Amino acid sequence: MNRVRNPFNALFNEVTTVQDEVARLFGRVNPFAATAPGGPPLNVWEDDHALYVEADLPGLDPAALDVTVTEGNQLTIQGERAAPEIHGAVWVRQERPAGRFTRAVTLPALVDADKVEAVYADGVLKLTLPKHEAAKPRKVQVKAGQ
Amino acid sequence: MSDLALKSNGAPAAAADDARAATVAPRVDVLETENEFLLLADLPGVRPGDVDVRFEQGELTVHGRRTAAEGKRRALLGEYGGANFHRVFSVTDTVAADRIEADLKNGVLTVRLPKIEAVKPRKIAVRG
Repeated sequence: MNRVRNPFNALFNEVTTVQDEVARLFGRVNPFAATAPGGPPLNVWEDDHALYVEADLPGLDPAALDVTVTEGNQLTIQGERAAPEIHGAVWVRQERPAGRFTRAVTLPALVDADKVEAVYADGVLKLTLPKHEAAKPRKVQVKAGQ
Repeated sequence: MSDLALKSNGAPAAAADDARAATVAPRVDVLETENEFLLLADLPGVRPGDVDVRFEQGELTVHGRRTAAEGKRRALLGEYGGANFHRVFSVTDTVAADRIEADLKNGVLTVRLPKIEAVKPRKIAVRG
Protein backbone atom coordinates (compact mmCIF):
# COMPACT_ATOMS: atom_id res chain seq x y z
CA MET A 1 0.00 0.00 0.00
CA ASN A 2 1.45 3.33 -0.98
CA ARG A 3 0.87 6.42 1.01
CA VAL A 4 1.04 9.85 -0.54
CA ARG A 5 3.12 12.05 1.63
CA ASN A 6 1.39 15.12 2.91
CA PRO A 7 3.44 17.98 1.48
CA PHE A 8 2.82 20.13 4.53
CA ASN A 9 4.08 17.79 7.23
CA ALA A 10 4.13 14.02 7.37
CA LEU A 11 7.71 12.91 7.61
CA PHE A 12 6.75 10.86 10.63
CA ASN A 13 3.08 10.02 10.84
CA GLU A 14 0.76 8.00 13.00
CA VAL A 15 -0.93 5.03 11.36
CA THR A 16 -2.75 3.40 14.26
CA THR A 17 -5.48 5.52 15.69
CA VAL A 18 -8.51 3.26 15.45
CA GLN A 19 -7.25 0.91 18.14
CA ASP A 20 -6.65 3.81 20.46
CA GLU A 21 -10.14 5.17 19.82
CA VAL A 22 -11.68 1.76 20.50
CA ALA A 23 -9.72 1.44 23.70
CA ARG A 24 -10.95 4.85 24.77
CA LEU A 25 -14.50 3.89 23.93
CA PHE A 26 -14.31 0.98 26.32
CA GLY A 27 -12.79 3.03 29.06
CA ARG A 28 -9.30 1.63 28.67
CA VAL A 29 -6.83 4.40 28.93
CA ASN A 30 -3.12 4.72 28.68
CA PRO A 31 -1.73 3.76 32.09
CA PHE A 32 0.62 6.72 32.07
CA ALA A 33 -2.00 9.24 30.93
CA ALA A 34 -2.85 10.53 34.38
CA THR A 35 0.74 10.92 35.49
CA ALA A 36 1.23 14.65 35.35
CA PRO A 37 0.55 16.53 37.48
CA GLY A 38 -1.33 14.18 39.82
CA GLY A 39 1.40 11.59 39.94
CA PRO A 40 1.44 8.08 38.57
CA PRO A 41 -1.57 5.74 38.76
CA LEU A 42 -1.15 3.02 41.38
CA ASN A 43 -2.11 -0.59 41.78
CA VAL A 44 -2.36 -1.80 45.37
CA TRP A 45 -2.74 -5.35 46.67
CA GLU A 46 -2.63 -6.89 50.11
CA ASP A 47 -2.27 -10.22 51.81
CA ASP A 48 -2.12 -11.08 55.49
CA HIS A 49 1.48 -9.94 55.80
CA ALA A 50 1.97 -6.92 53.60
CA LEU A 51 0.66 -4.31 51.20
CA TYR A 52 2.04 -4.25 47.66
CA VAL A 53 2.10 -1.09 45.58
CA GLU A 54 3.08 -0.76 41.92
CA ALA A 55 3.45 2.33 39.80
CA ASP A 56 4.42 2.75 36.15
CA LEU A 57 7.31 5.21 36.06
CA PRO A 58 9.22 4.62 32.83
CA GLY A 59 12.54 6.32 32.17
CA LEU A 60 13.41 7.41 35.67
CA ASP A 61 16.75 7.53 37.37
CA PRO A 62 16.15 5.46 40.54
CA ALA A 63 18.27 8.00 42.42
CA ALA A 64 15.67 10.64 41.53
CA LEU A 65 12.87 8.58 43.12
CA ASP A 66 11.84 9.40 46.65
CA VAL A 67 9.54 7.04 48.56
CA THR A 68 8.50 7.92 52.11
CA VAL A 69 6.11 6.47 54.67
CA THR A 70 5.04 8.71 57.52
CA GLU A 71 2.68 8.12 60.45
CA GLY A 72 2.57 4.45 59.54
CA ASN A 73 0.16 4.81 56.65
CA GLN A 74 0.94 7.91 54.59
CA LEU A 75 2.77 6.83 51.45
CA THR A 76 4.37 9.45 49.23
CA ILE A 77 6.12 8.78 45.92
CA GLN A 78 8.04 11.69 44.46
CA GLY A 79 10.38 11.98 41.56
CA GLU A 80 11.45 13.81 38.50
CA ARG A 81 11.78 12.74 34.90
CA ALA A 82 14.10 14.70 32.68
CA ALA A 83 12.95 15.66 29.20
CA PRO A 84 15.20 14.37 26.41
CA GLU A 85 17.80 16.94 25.46
CA ILE A 86 19.44 16.37 22.13
CA HIS A 87 21.60 19.06 20.66
CA GLY A 88 20.17 20.57 17.51
CA ALA A 89 17.03 18.40 17.55
CA VAL A 90 13.59 19.54 16.45
CA TRP A 91 10.48 18.14 18.14
CA VAL A 92 8.20 16.23 15.78
CA ARG A 93 5.95 14.84 18.50
CA GLN A 94 5.97 15.32 22.27
CA GLU A 95 3.63 13.20 24.38
CA ARG A 96 5.73 11.85 27.22
CA PRO A 97 5.37 13.85 30.43
CA ALA A 98 8.46 15.29 32.04
CA GLY A 99 9.19 17.18 35.23
CA ARG A 100 8.43 16.68 38.90
CA PHE A 101 5.53 14.58 40.16
CA THR A 102 4.14 13.64 43.55
CA ARG A 103 1.63 10.98 44.49
CA ALA A 104 0.44 10.62 48.06
CA VAL A 105 -2.02 8.03 49.33
CA THR A 106 -3.31 6.87 52.68
CA LEU A 107 -2.70 3.16 53.05
CA PRO A 108 -5.56 1.02 54.37
CA ALA A 109 -3.38 -0.50 57.12
CA LEU A 110 -0.48 0.52 59.33
CA VAL A 111 2.87 -0.62 57.91
CA ASP A 112 6.33 -1.07 59.35
CA ALA A 113 8.09 1.90 57.75
CA ASP A 114 11.56 0.53 58.57
CA LYS A 115 11.00 -2.65 56.57
CA VAL A 116 9.57 -1.19 53.37
CA GLU A 117 11.28 -2.52 50.25
CA ALA A 118 11.36 -0.62 46.98
CA VAL A 119 12.52 -2.11 43.67
CA TYR A 120 12.65 -0.28 40.36
CA ALA A 121 12.86 -2.48 37.27
CA ASP A 122 11.74 -2.15 33.64
CA GLY A 123 10.24 1.25 34.41
CA VAL A 124 7.97 -0.05 37.17
CA LEU A 125 8.33 0.82 40.87
CA LYS A 126 7.31 -2.05 43.15
CA LEU A 127 6.91 -1.52 46.88
CA THR A 128 6.49 -4.18 49.53
CA LEU A 129 5.21 -2.71 52.76
CA PRO A 130 5.07 -5.24 55.62
CA LYS A 131 2.08 -4.66 57.86
CA HIS A 132 2.61 -3.47 61.39
CA GLU A 133 2.10 -6.22 63.95
CA ALA A 134 -1.05 -4.52 65.20
CA ALA A 135 -2.54 -4.57 61.70
CA LYS A 136 -1.98 -8.26 61.00
CA PRO A 137 -4.93 -10.60 61.28
CA ARG A 138 -4.76 -12.84 64.31
CA LYS A 139 -6.30 -16.21 64.68
CA VAL A 140 -8.02 -16.46 68.03
CA GLN A 141 -7.91 -19.83 69.68
CA VAL A 142 -11.31 -20.84 70.95
CA LYS A 143 -11.10 -22.92 74.08
CA ALA A 144 -13.66 -25.47 74.87
CA GLY A 145 -15.74 -24.53 77.91
CA GLN A 146 -15.94 -26.76 80.96
CA MET B 1 22.58 -1.68 23.11
CA SER B 2 20.42 -4.64 23.96
CA ASP B 3 19.62 -7.40 21.52
CA LEU B 4 16.22 -6.27 20.37
CA ALA B 5 14.96 -8.16 17.39
CA LEU B 6 14.46 -5.84 14.48
CA LYS B 7 12.19 -7.80 12.23
CA SER B 8 11.31 -7.01 8.68
CA ASN B 9 9.89 -10.28 7.39
CA GLY B 10 6.61 -10.58 9.25
CA ALA B 11 7.95 -13.16 11.71
CA PRO B 12 5.50 -14.10 14.45
CA ALA B 13 5.90 -12.45 17.82
CA ALA B 14 8.04 -14.33 20.35
CA ALA B 15 5.27 -14.76 22.91
CA ALA B 16 1.53 -14.56 22.68
CA ASP B 17 -0.19 -11.51 24.06
CA ASP B 18 -1.97 -11.76 27.35
CA ALA B 19 -5.54 -11.94 26.08
CA ARG B 20 -6.91 -10.30 29.21
CA ALA B 21 -4.74 -7.25 28.79
CA ALA B 22 -5.96 -4.18 26.97
CA THR B 23 -3.93 -2.85 24.07
CA VAL B 24 -2.97 0.78 24.37
CA ALA B 25 -0.91 3.17 22.31
CA PRO B 26 2.28 4.05 24.17
CA ARG B 27 3.20 7.69 24.59
CA VAL B 28 6.01 8.73 22.32
CA ASP B 29 8.40 11.58 21.71
CA VAL B 30 9.84 11.99 18.23
CA LEU B 31 12.80 14.22 17.55
CA GLU B 32 14.58 15.00 14.32
CA THR B 33 18.20 15.98 13.91
CA GLU B 34 20.27 16.50 10.80
CA ASN B 35 21.31 12.85 10.80
CA GLU B 36 18.40 10.87 12.21
CA PHE B 37 14.93 10.56 13.62
CA LEU B 38 14.78 9.55 17.27
CA LEU B 39 11.68 7.88 18.71
CA LEU B 40 11.22 7.43 22.46
CA ALA B 41 8.29 5.32 23.66
CA ASP B 42 7.13 4.65 27.23
CA LEU B 43 6.74 0.87 27.66
CA PRO B 44 6.65 0.40 31.45
CA GLY B 45 6.78 -3.19 32.62
CA VAL B 46 7.98 -4.53 29.26
CA ARG B 47 11.17 -6.59 29.40
CA PRO B 48 13.72 -6.33 26.58
CA GLY B 49 12.70 -9.76 25.24
CA ASP B 50 9.04 -8.79 25.01
CA VAL B 51 9.23 -5.94 22.54
CA ASP B 52 9.10 -6.09 18.75
CA VAL B 53 10.29 -3.23 16.61
CA ARG B 54 9.54 -3.72 12.95
CA PHE B 55 10.22 -1.60 9.91
CA GLU B 56 8.43 -2.68 6.79
CA GLN B 57 7.45 -0.76 3.66
CA GLY B 58 7.90 2.59 5.32
CA GLU B 59 5.98 1.63 8.45
CA LEU B 60 7.54 1.44 11.88
CA THR B 61 5.63 -0.84 14.25
CA VAL B 62 6.29 -0.91 17.98
CA HIS B 63 4.72 -3.73 19.98
CA GLY B 64 5.39 -4.56 23.62
CA ARG B 65 3.88 -7.14 25.93
CA ARG B 66 3.67 -6.97 29.67
CA THR B 67 2.44 -9.67 32.00
CA ALA B 68 -0.13 -8.84 34.61
CA ALA B 69 0.79 -9.02 38.28
CA GLU B 70 0.16 -12.27 40.09
CA GLY B 71 -3.37 -12.87 41.26
CA LYS B 72 -2.94 -14.44 44.69
CA ARG B 73 -3.23 -11.16 46.48
CA ARG B 74 -6.37 -9.20 47.16
CA ALA B 75 -6.62 -6.13 44.95
CA LEU B 76 -7.39 -2.97 46.87
CA LEU B 77 -6.86 -0.32 44.24
CA GLY B 78 -6.52 -0.84 40.50
CA GLU B 79 -5.89 2.35 38.60
CA TYR B 80 -4.40 0.64 35.56
CA GLY B 81 -4.38 -2.83 34.09
CA GLY B 82 -1.78 -4.98 32.43
CA ALA B 83 -1.53 -3.58 28.95
CA ASN B 84 0.01 -4.55 25.67
CA PHE B 85 1.47 -1.65 23.76
CA HIS B 86 1.02 -1.19 20.04
CA ARG B 87 1.58 1.71 17.70
CA VAL B 88 2.41 2.13 14.04
CA PHE B 89 4.02 5.09 12.30
CA SER B 90 4.58 5.77 8.65
CA VAL B 91 8.08 7.06 8.19
CA THR B 92 9.51 9.03 5.32
CA ASP B 93 11.44 7.04 2.72
CA THR B 94 14.60 8.95 3.57
CA VAL B 95 15.35 6.55 6.45
CA ALA B 96 18.10 3.97 6.07
CA ALA B 97 16.12 0.89 7.04
CA ASP B 98 19.17 -1.35 7.44
CA ARG B 99 20.74 0.92 10.05
CA ILE B 100 17.78 1.32 12.43
CA GLU B 101 18.71 0.61 16.04
CA ALA B 102 16.47 -0.04 19.04
CA ASP B 103 17.21 -0.17 22.75
CA LEU B 104 14.93 -0.72 25.76
CA LYS B 105 16.01 0.57 29.15
CA ASN B 106 13.96 1.29 32.28
CA GLY B 107 10.74 0.87 30.34
CA VAL B 108 11.66 3.40 27.65
CA LEU B 109 12.22 2.23 24.09
CA THR B 110 14.65 4.29 22.03
CA VAL B 111 14.59 3.80 18.26
CA ARG B 112 17.19 5.55 16.11
CA LEU B 113 16.29 5.90 12.44
CA PRO B 114 19.29 7.27 10.54
CA LYS B 115 18.62 9.29 7.42
CA ILE B 116 20.08 8.14 4.14
CA GLU B 117 23.17 10.05 3.06
CA ALA B 118 21.44 11.77 0.14
CA VAL B 119 19.10 13.79 2.35
CA LYS B 120 21.59 14.93 4.95
CA PRO B 121 22.30 18.63 4.80
CA ARG B 122 25.55 19.48 3.12
CA LYS B 123 27.53 22.61 3.34
CA ILE B 124 28.42 23.79 -0.12
CA ALA B 125 31.66 25.68 -0.47
CA VAL B 126 31.32 28.82 -2.51
CA ARG B 127 34.25 29.53 -4.70
CA GLY B 128 35.20 33.13 -5.02
